[in-house]
Amino acid sequence: MAERILMKGNEAIAEAAIRSGCRHYFGYPITPQTEIAAYMAKKMPKIGGVFLQAESEIASINMVYGAAAAGMRVMTSSSSPGISLKTEGLSYIAGSDVPALVVNVQRGGPGLGGIQPSQSDYFQATKGGGHGDYRMIVLAPASVQEMASLTMKGFDLADKYCVTSMILADGTIGQMMEPITFEDAEPNVYDKPWALTGTECKRPHNVVNSLYLKPDQLEKKNFERFEKYAEIEKNEAMWEEYMMDDAEICVVAFGIASRIAKNAVAEARKAGIKVGLIRPITLWPFPTQALRAAADKVKAFISVELNMGQMIEDVKLATENKRPVTLCNRTGGMIPTPDEVLAAINKAEKGEF
Amino acid sequence: MEHTRLTLFAGHYGSGKTNIAVNYAMLLAEEGKKVCIADLDIVNPYFRTKDSEEELTEKGITLISPRYANTNVDLPALPAESYRLVQDKSIYGVIDIGGDDRGAYALGRFSEAIKAEDNYRMAFVINRFRPLTSTVEDTVEIMREIEAAAGIRFNCIVNNSNIGTETTADTVLESVKFAEELSLATGLPIWLHTVEKDIAKEISGIPILPLKLQKKYFDLPD
Repeated sequence: MAERILMKGNEAIAEAAIRSGCRHYFGYPITPQTEIAAYMAKKMPKIGGVFLQAESEIASINMVYGAAAAGMRVMTSSSSPGISLKTEGLSYIAGSDVPALVVNVQRGGPGLGGIQPSQSDYFQATKGGGHGDYRMIVLAPASVQEMASLTMKGFDLADKYCVTSMILADGTIGQMMEPITFEDAEPNVYDKPWALTGTECKRPHNVVNSLYLKPDQLEKKNFERFEKYAEIEKNEAMWEEYMMDDAEICVVAFGIASRIAKNAVAEARKAGIKVGLIRPITLWPFPTQALRAAADKVKAFISVELNMGQMIEDVKLATENKRPVTLCNRTGGMIPTPDEVLAAINKAEKGEF
Repeated sequence: MEHTRLTLFAGHYGSGKTNIAVNYAMLLAEEGKKVCIADLDIVNPYFRTKDSEEELTEKGITLISPRYANTNVDLPALPAESYRLVQDKSIYGVIDIGGDDRGAYALGRFSEAIKAEDNYRMAFVINRFRPLTSTVEDTVEIMREIEAAAGIRFNCIVNNSNIGTETTADTVLESVKFAEELSLATGLPIWLHTVEKDIAKEISGIPILPLKLQKKYFDLPD
């Protein structure tokens, strides 16, 4: 087995991107994700890659757009307020069907908010954020190891479907250190016949563009794009189930909240409460099938989130409101303790909703 | 162990400087010294000496920390009390310097006075299991960057090689060779090896500073 190394979550993303063949990073510093840029600044010049600190978030996302159009594996990273600035570019990238990887190490909001961890950009990531009809694949790592593996997966999915993959992490996972392993493997390479690589007078011009002068053409393009999204929804949902076999209460949580919830579920099990956890790994596509199946077995759901209740709407949609869904949350940079989640489980056990 | 009046810990971020500085300050206090610990990290707003404030205060250790440490104010400013470190010669000063060269700039303000007094250890903290300090060559590069920013040269190495919760006595023993190679490449002596206190009990034959690790908010399962 390859050697264990001790990494911060942010560093794991950067190293995983490099190992995925990403040689183009465009960013702008913001706490709590700056280690990604710092790592790239250190490493990219040594391996013939490009690290560029742009003059703004808006500039950096448009550099990503350009490099993606040229067929490069490319990424940017930021934190909540910075992602808001990038959303115009995200919409253009989606409208042009080019692949990119974007990392959001979330902090408390709205506005300038704070620098402590948060999951309050769930809506922004999964429902659009930018203008127009579009989707991004949203991956939610819950450990430093997953910061690495989902970054690699994110690049592959982006290339496979010509979409943006977003790593939706939070300040805790970005900053915390855990031992991880990188397996030696060559990155996957995808054909990009649409890329702007120069025709050498041997083929017709490729065009990468999101402007359509005729509404019927734009409508057709949008319909086609949503067929692609339907494929992604059918094939790419990922989730983890923990102690769900005989569960009567189902906790739903992603990212750092799921790690805390797992502690609480284990504690509740010791007290004989039949509780389990469903952890969405992809937030879009949302693991609707797992939630729908659970709704036929359990008597209640608890959505644990570091926000005012955002994923809870998808839990209600997926379960078609067949069972009560309660919220256990902290926000503004605060993190629920395992005991707070345990208290929510105890309440649900007693039928208090 | 012989102590210098000032002890400075610097290194690549995430190498364990803060844990070592806090534990070393505790050791000095237990030996009856008047101790002042300074958190000069103007870069990282998380994982700070201030996290151990209660325990330090209990031991009678004075903590100098940027006024806005552990708040949402990400303001790189040093407190006026920092000057006490170089001016009050009756105290033993332990200085926790921020990560990498950017953090070490803060020390530049004091480096001339520290060198003039000439009663200090400037310790380079290493962890060979961190990705950017896993080879001697990369580690020396980071060391030189810090020295250039700090305006002061390292005069010893502290080997804090660990892989977090998976660290064993073997992890430390296997890393000794790396520390020795770095020592050879730089001409700096290895002052200490550091590891969590229960693991330290299993190790003999090398100079060890056992660490009581700063408390975490809670442990996370896999």
